[in-house]
Amino acid sequence: MSEKPLTERIRPDGAPVTLSEYEQAGGYQAARKALGGMAPKEVMQAVKDSGLRGRGGAGFPTGVKWSFVPEGPHPKYLVVNGDEMEPGTFKDRLLLEGDPHLLIEGVILSSYAIGADVAYIFLRGEYLLAERRMKEAIAAAYARGYLGKHIFGSDYNLELYVHMSGGRYICGEETALLNALEGKRGNPRTKPPFPQISGLWGKPSIVNNVETLCNLPGILVKGADWFKGLSRTPNGGTKLFGVSGKVRNPGLWELPLGVSVREVIEECAGGMRDGVSLRGIIPGGASTDFLTEEHMDVALDYETVAQVGSRLGTGTMIVMDDKTCPVGMVRNLIQFFAVESCGWCTPCRDGLPWIEKTLGAIDTGKGQMSDLAMLDEHVKWLGPGMTFCALAPGAMAPLGSALKYYREDFERHIREQRCPWK
Amino acid sequence: MATIYIDNAPYEVKDGQNLLQACLSLGFNVPYFCWHPALQSVGACRQCAVKQYRDEKDTAGKIVMACMTPATDGTRITIDDAESRAFRAQVIEWLMTNHPHDCPVCDEGGECHLQDMTIMSGHTYREYRFTKRTYNNQNLGPFINHEMNRCIQCYRCVRFYRDYANGGDLAPFASHNHVFFGRHEDGVLESEFSGNLVEVCPTGVFTDKSFKQHFTRPWDLQSAPSVCVHCGLGCNVTPSERYGALRRIRNRYNGEVNGYFLCDRGRYGYEFVNGAGRVRQPLARCKDTGELAPVPKDEALALARAPQGAAIGIGSPRASLESNFALRQLVGADRFFMGVPKRGHQLLSSMISLLRGGPARVPSLREVGEADAVFVLGEDLTNTAPLMALQVYQAQYRAVLPEAEKAGIPAWNDAPVRELLQDKRGFLALATPAETKMDVFAATKCHAAPDEIARLGFAVAHALNAAAPAPEGLAADVAALAAGIAEALRAAKRPLIISGPSCGSEAIVLAAANVASALCAAGLDAALSFVVPECNSIGLALMDAGSLDDAMQAAEGGVDTLIILENDLYRRADRASVDRLLGAAKNVVVLDHTLHATAQKAAVVLPAATFAEGDGSLVNNEGRAQRFIQVMPPQEAIQESWRWCGELLGKPWKNLDVLLAQLGAVLPGFAELAKLAPPADARFGGQRLPRQPHRYSGRTAMQAHLSVHEPQIPNDPDSAFTFSMEGFRGAVPAAVVPSYYAPGWNSVQGLNKFQEEVGGPMRGGDPGVRLIAAAQGARAEFRGAPPAAQATRGAERLIVSLPHVFGSEELSALSGPVAERAPQPYLAVNEADAAAMALSQGDVVELSVGNAQAVLPVEVRASLAPGLVGVPAGIAGIPAVQLPGWGTITKRTEG
Amino acid sequence: MLSDKIKHEIEHEAAMFERRSGACIDALRIVQRERGWVDDQSVKDVAALLEMTPDEVDSVATFYNLILRRPVGRHVIRICTSVSCWLMGLEPMLAHLEKTLGIGLGQTTADGRFTLIPNQCLGTCDHAPAFMIDDDLHRDLDPEKLDAILANYK
Ligand SMILES: Cc1cc2nc3c(=O)[nH]c(=O)nc-3n(C[C@H](O)[C@H](O)[C@H](O)COP(=O)(O)O)c2cc1C
Ligand code: SF4
Ligand code: FES
Repeated sequence: MSEKPLTERIRPDGAPVTLSEYEQAGGYQAARKALGGMAPKEVMQAVKDSGLRGRGGAGFPTGVKWSFVPEGPHPKYLVVNGDEMEPGTFKDRLLLEGDPHLLIEGVILSSYAIGADVAYIFLRGEYLLAERRMKEAIAAAYARGYLGKHIFGSDYNLELYVHMSGGRYICGEETALLNALEGKRGNPRTKPPFPQISGLWGKPSIVNNVETLCNLPGILVKGADWFKGLSRTPNGGTKLFGVSGKVRNPGLWELPLGVSVREVIEECAGGMRDGVSLRGIIPGGASTDFLTEEHMDVALDYETVAQVGSRLGTGTMIVMDDKTCPVGMVRNLIQFFAVESCGWCTPCRDGLPWIEKTLGAIDTGKGQMSDLAMLDEHVKWLGPGMTFCALAPGAMAPLGSALKYYREDFERHIREQRCPWK
Repeated sequence: MATIYIDNAPYEVKDGQNLLQACLSLGFNVPYFCWHPALQSVGACRQCAVKQYRDEKDTAGKIVMACMTPATDGTRITIDDAESRAFRAQVIEWLMTNHPHDCPVCDEGGECHLQDMTIMSGHTYREYRFTKRTYNNQNLGPFINHEMNRCIQCYRCVRFYRDYANGGDLAPFASHNHVFFGRHEDGVLESEFSGNLVEVCPTGVFTDKSFKQHFTRPWDLQSAPSVCVHCGLGCNVTPSERYGALRRIRNRYNGEVNGYFLCDRGRYGYEFVNGAGRVRQPLARCKDTGELAPVPKDEALALARAPQGAAIGIGSPRASLESNFALRQLVGADRFFMGVPKRGHQLLSSMISLLRGGPARVPSLREVGEADAVFVLGEDLTNTAPLMALQVYQAQYRAVLPEAEKAGIPAWNDAPVRELLQDKRGFLALATPAETKMDVFAATKCHAAPDEIARLGFAVAHALNAAAPAPEGLAADVAALAAGIAEALRAAKRPLIISGPSCGSEAIVLAAANVASALCAAGLDAALSFVVPECNSIGLALMDAGSLDDAMQAAEGGVDTLIILENDLYRRADRASVDRLLGAAKNVVVLDHTLHATAQKAAVVLPAATFAEGDGSLVNNEGRAQRFIQVMPPQEAIQESWRWCGELLGKPWKNLDVLLAQLGAVLPGFAELAKLAPPADARFGGQRLPRQPHRYSGRTAMQAHLSVHEPQIPNDPDSAFTFSMEGFRGAVPAAVVPSYYAPGWNSVQGLNKFQEEVGGPMRGGDPGVRLIAAAQGARAEFRGAPPAAQATRGAERLIVSLPHVFGSEELSALSGPVAERAPQPYLAVNEADAAAMALSQGDVVELSVGNAQAVLPVEVRASLAPGLVGVPAGIAGIPAVQLPGWGTITKRTEG
Repeated sequence: MLSDKIKHEIEHEAAMFERRSGACIDALRIVQRERGWVDDQSVKDVAALLEMTPDEVDSVATFYNLILRRPVGRHVIRICTSVSCWLMGLEPMLAHLEKTLGIGLGQTTADGRFTLIPNQCLGTCDHAPAFMIDDDLHRDLDPEKLDAILANYK
């Protein structure tokens, strides 16, 4: 069995790991170690050395991101991205509900490394259980002196708050999240400047994903080499991988980075249910490109998935079976993105609804062959660089790849003027 | 300077610009929506896409938004490659998916930026075949019409209204393609700058509601360059006419004055021109009925003519220099008076001498926006000089901009700059009798009686320079306040002191000048700006005539003829004094466009032209003389007052140029006036300048119900313009640019083609000539003496007048939409005073001040300085006595 | 008028931020928790409390999915309409739900008992289909289970 530093403490009965349980299992050792003698720079270096990459979807090296935070001005902020609104993604929920102190310790370490004075955990509005458990855990940590003034007896002060989102997928985008946290409309911000320079209330800020931060205690205690060794590829560490769709055993598992698609689907998820077979996989949340049966042996790490034209994303796969209409599935995905567009930039705000209506027409037998050209064009025009943020390009990932892999299905809908699955 | 390459050709551009600015300034056509030269870039609409190349070898390139890309040295782009063209066409197609395509019935049709950009971007065939989303509209009050279905979500409206103009009640609502721009509920837009939405909105969402009342297609409007007559700032405007009625006012860009914006008083105050109260024929008092009745012109002139040396002339700060001068010529310099009561008269001459005396700079309105610390004494700017308030807001923003630039964020990158700066603002200190709208943006504010404001000012000057006279017995908290203000001003590079006559206190004005002098003495580039009440207050004051009180004195014991020029004396002085003055004259002649209370008492009324029907010059608060040009031929017997005076004199001036030549000869200080616009005989390519656009329609049919012959084009002896669509259409001096049409640019955005660079001066220089120059470098002198602490007088209270942007000014108050926004008469008392006087909100009181009385409802205002009682300035029902003044208040008992 | 309890809770949130307006969304959630939705007066009250204009508050309120600006029934059903639930049989389940309640998405039953609202992915895709009723998450749904679940909400 490989190591599972993220999930090993999580109780099978669904109750959260308590503070004392967490400490008994070696918890808060990393925070004690860092605050007891390491300089913030050393913490940052340790994270850089580990090669940890962000688990929020973009995979940017965490230590490098931190190093852009300027030394001088205060306050500085750390913001935990627990928005998790990407369809098909359900990984951070497990960590938030199952082992809240792991995240708190991760927050302490990262805040210390960047010199943050205040940290916020931004939770998606529906995660009410996570909210309750995080707030209880935070209160317990405050009571022990692990948060607040002079934590762990050091000179370092840190306040940690939970903020519940008003609910909008775009709030997962780090700059939109900052606006939302400021109590504003969640439109994304212009980059540059990046949040490290001008973030929350114009102050230097770091936004990290929940899972990213949960990796830190292990890295600080056991070191970079251990962390790298967890993974089967040069990307360090383990990753939460999930599967949803018509597999026998949908779920979430902590696995080494670099496991193959096949291992996750066949071994962990038990393969496809009786009577259906696999037709496609969206590997890392709704905004990644489809992969197909031919990609079953692709190793799940950042580079390899990118090489075959998709992204590792959040690592939570959505499996499409052969009894599901690909047009209907893409239509559902685009519906999501169209509604979740923040309404700031033209291509996304007005382009996605058009795509949605066109897919609706095709799906209900009212499509025209020229619609396919229109969709192809839109995949290009809503791509990276054309829109203000990455939401619309993300939406084009499943659409563009579906038009590539399942074009015949689209054409059949139009030719037959009906959905062949209905 | 940076060199950028567009299609491999090098171009020099100014440093610190983005590509869109740079390309537009170079004359390239790049379509855009969310960008606006005053609002800068946010990158929302994606319309300005161009292709950028890494270097000479890069042939693939990548699409970037021009407005979000810095034009740094070596930047290589192409505007016209197939891919970026296709993307721009696609952006328009997206924007148009939900647009109602209601151009034929849209008020914006024909001058619509969206129409222009659609054509420019090449979106022709509509492929979207699904339903459109629709919205409900809101009633936003008398100024702005709302039609949300036309919205293309460029976010300009809210960026102007909130970020630029500090308004709070317009916002975006909802999200995705349901984003809605409006108020949280129906209701009047509160900002006094709301009318700019009409021009900021690139399509027909926010349109001019007053124009809608008498709509005509924009290309059927006849326009000429003009100057706003509703306050002393001299904003440049473009009024437009059709069928003899003034239809609307639009902004006219003057880089040194109002830039891109107007206030709502200026935009909506014009309806007095079309008003029922207009005088259109000479009137004389009928012997039988005693009423004023129309008489033939000759008869009127005969009745109005006085024997040589037997007339007294009263001029007006709302009449042109030319008309005032003509009256002066008619009655003789020593029998010409300003028509402004003593206190205001004295304040004006004092302000002029302070401005001239230096050493402080006299800033243009543009320069007001560049101050890095501002101290305002005694003026409620949003109500007395709205555009100056708007510029102070910009000054506050620009003062902290260097912080963003230090963080590597260019000034044009609007959203990140605001995010970084949060609500950091440049220093602003306000001292006024009551709370103002600007208070919330001020670092320091104080509400006090006029003398206390003056004392604060003197104390600040003294804190800056010990040689400046200090007030005696200053309270510790006021001293601390003064020290704080002094410190903040001293820390600035370009501090600005603003004051004016609203408090009726010369001490305030002197104190303001002392502060400015002290700052200059400290080596700072300080500026001093005075607000003045009327469009030609300064011009008239420069003529150096006596006050209204002097006129009254001169008339005492009888006068043959009293000639009153464009002046309702009942607004200037109390009824009894004016009655006495009018009664002293055998013959009262009024020249004006509106039959006001004074005109109603006249024996003869001669119909004067408004700014829309006449030519003339006005001098604004900074001493800038500017020309307004006749927009429409005057109807019936209407003509400029100066023409009437010429006829009364028996030696009419042939045209404006002849009069100006004489004015320059008689009063050399005005010699430059002739340069304000090309002379009437100037020809461009052998032609006159057309007032009507190319597409003006119905010329031959307009009069067909009267005569099938096409009427002669009316003669315009006074300017190089003609009442026609034919004429010269090339580059002309800014003073005679009637509209901003350029090929492909039918909307106000075409202005880009008339500026030296976007947002810069007009090509060939901004219009206007400065008649006042500060003696910069003069030694700092300190003048005046601080008044004693505000006294109390037993049961008497000090009555001050509180200005209202809507209602306080005479002419705009005659305009329906503005009148709707004017307050009802009230009497404001401070909470504590109300308690002491046993008054509560809504009680009815009798006010007795000077020798006038009024019955008014009580308004309890927490923000009014203790001891003061405020009444709205210039509102009907409020006595026209000189304020501040001492008065008594008695509560009316029931019955 | 906001109750003292609500005001107190909002003040608690406001203390967490550099600026009072930071608590805008929290305040709207607090109001909604007590009243089920956010009415116009509450928008004004929240604005006054947080030193914002009503327009600013409503601008924020209408941006977010979870802030309801229309009245709702006693119980709010938020049914996940996103991809994994769709794959796992959302459509038949939704049809059954709509039939049982006699309402469509966005509507409230005539007796004011339920409001049915579509919701984006609930982050429980391995137990699809799923919905929330008020604060409770219900997972691995199928049409048969629905009636028993609904019966618990009076
Ligand atoms: C539309 C959009 C939605 C996103 N949603 C999330 C999210 O729910 N959670 C998350 O951690 N990151 C999300 N991201 C990525 C974040 O912008 C950001 O990259 C991430 O939080 C950084 O954290 P990491 O470096 O730890 O991965 C999203 C990005 C986009 C463009
Ligand atoms: S792509 Fe544009 S409209 Fe879409 S979410 Fe990003 S900024 Fe908003
Ligand atoms: S003008 Fe450049 S994106 Fe709108």
